[in-house]
Amino acid sequence: MDKVGRFGKYGGQYVPETVMTAVHELEAAYDKYKDDPQFLAELKALYRDYANRPSMLYFAEKMTADLGGAKIYIKREDLNHTGAHKINNVLGQILLAKKMGKKRIIAETGAGQHGVATATVCALMGLECEVYMGAEDCKRQSLNVYRMELLGSKVTPVDSGTSTLKDAINEAMRDWCSNIDTTFYCIGSVMGPHPYPTMVRDFQKVISEEIKAQLMEREGKLPDCVVACVGGGSNAMGAFYDFIGDEGVRLVGAEAAGRGIDTFDTAATMSLGTEGIFHGMKSLFLQDEYGQIAPVYSISAGLDYPGIGPEHTYLHDIGRADYVPVTDEEAVCAFEYLSKMEGIIPAIESAHAVSAAMKIAPTMPKDSILVINLSGRGDKDVYSIAKYRGVDVVEQ
Amino acid sequence: MSSKNRIDRCFEELKARGEKALIEFVTAGDPDLETTEKLVLEMFGRGADIIELGVPFSDPIAEGKTIQKASLRSLNAGTTLDKIFDTVKNLREKTDKPLLLMMYINTIFRYGTERFFAKCAEYGIDGVIVPDLPFEERDEIADTADKYGIYNIFLVAPTSADRVSTIAAASKGFLYVVSSLGVTGTRSNITTDFDTLLAPLKGGNTVPYCIGFGISSPEQAKKMAGYCDGVIVGSAIVNIIADKGREAVKPVGDFTAALKAPL
Repeated sequence: MDKVGRFGKYGGQYVPETVMTAVHELEAAYDKYKDDPQFLAELKALYRDYANRPSMLYFAEKMTADLGGAKIYIKREDLNHTGAHKINNVLGQILLAKKMGKKRIIAETGAGQHGVATATVCALMGLECEVYMGAEDCKRQSLNVYRMELLGSKVTPVDSGTSTLKDAINEAMRDWCSNIDTTFYCIGSVMGPHPYPTMVRDFQKVISEEIKAQLMEREGKLPDCVVACVGGGSNAMGAFYDFIGDEGVRLVGAEAAGRGIDTFDTAATMSLGTEGIFHGMKSLFLQDEYGQIAPVYSISAGLDYPGIGPEHTYLHDIGRADYVPVTDEEAVCAFEYLSKMEGIIPAIESAHAVSAAMKIAPTMPKDSILVINLSGRGDKDVYSIAKYRGVDVVEQ
Repeated sequence: MSSKNRIDRCFEELKARGEKALIEFVTAGDPDLETTEKLVLEMFGRGADIIELGVPFSDPIAEGKTIQKASLRSLNAGTTLDKIFDTVKNLREKTDKPLLLMMYINTIFRYGTERFFAKCAEYGIDGVIVPDLPFEERDEIADTADKYGIYNIFLVAPTSADRVSTIAAASKGFLYVVSSLGVTGTRSNITTDFDTLLAPLKGGNTVPYCIGFGISSPEQAKKMAGYCDGVIVGSAIVNIIADKGREAVKPVGDFTAALKAPL
């Protein structure tokens, strides 16, 4: 029984004893299947036939001309089935759950994207599914609540704490403690106790592997910069991972600054967080001097989390990746910009990455390449952006 | 440390008297720390052998609704770890019975592990129970806790199976046996097969082991005590405090006496 799952000093397995056996069972199953050709072939087939992979790498010509710097490519994770990168991880985890003989899946969700992906794959594979979602997020993303129910899942609103993503994770962990024999906890990001940060990254690394292959084919070279938004950090880990060894590729994570990193209404963990141990992992968290986890805020429910995956904290510590804060206002402007410029409505989460890219690209030479990982589509956000702009949208 | 830990002394005395331990839990600062101080003294006076003070945490993932709400009441009343240490200091002028802190690892880590255990030793805390610090991560606090003579009390659960002996060997003072799957909270039925779960500990040279989670009546306490060296009662007490607030001292005392009677 030794310590495992560390990225430098971050990561680990800080969970109650009741779930330790389940964590070990998962670890053993993942070790068994992660390099199993049969498992990988099944997953690849699901990626291709069900999730619509590989996702396109689109050259944003107008945006490139407008910003006047690096050539901008957009990795279209928004075109995946269910509209975001979340499906990559969920297909992997639920295929694994099936192999492990688990009958019931639980998940947490913030914006609802991971919940929808989980509900979708449970419908596909005929498994019982219960999704925990903060009561506040249920209100902000009521359409996604209905979507999950339509897919046959039970959605349980969580009204403890701040009624957002962290509280949904707390409640999912409590459920897991209670139903450990039957239940598989499908965590939606590169967070939680080992093996989740590693396993979720491995199921998302297909993003960077595809970017690399697609760019080699189109341009015959690697990108100079890859930009992705970061909440827990799964789409960013997926977009970064295959480039970590390629030192010339700058990796940039865009985190949610909310109303600004000089206000209390923020979720910018890398900018403002301190070391802590929470949700099974040692990493950075927004917390007070006594370690009470801080209420966080962002216009984006999917980035509204007070921590960040341990591998990101490690990449930050060793200087391999940079993390920049993006405010609500900047993200909304980028949301509108990409819609008008390229005819692509990004998820408000992904709009944080677009905003960071809009600042970085003009500083780069014209023959350089910047890739934006467009983690999700923005249909779900149209109502809240309209509201932000004071436009009254009512469906009849 | 030259002087013996109060927890060891307590179990030796209980054994000599042929009694089982009654370990009680309250959330420190619920509804306020003055009441906590009165509650602790009343509980000790009415039969509690060891008391766990719950340090409120914003996100207590191992707790059911009862203790979640108590944590919130306490935090809203402005409770902090430093203020809890002050309460412990006051209590130490009036009682020499074992006092434990039940808390989440982030509270220790953020306070500073060295600073935390130094304070525990200075103010008279005897041990800590950290539900989200499993055996595998024990090094997070082990050396520092040892240095200051503070016991780290480990938990085993119904799922622990072949982990039980290893964890018991590492635990100091006593071993906390979680009665059921799930989080803290009262239960009408505890169905775990303790004979099988605790078999590895029988006749062995291990620390005393006590069962907690879900015990809410003298009858349940008596039944559970049949499997072990003591019982731990938390949510049932916190429920009384939730109901009576500052007036909870006497009813909690009466409940304590009723729990201790069959032990």
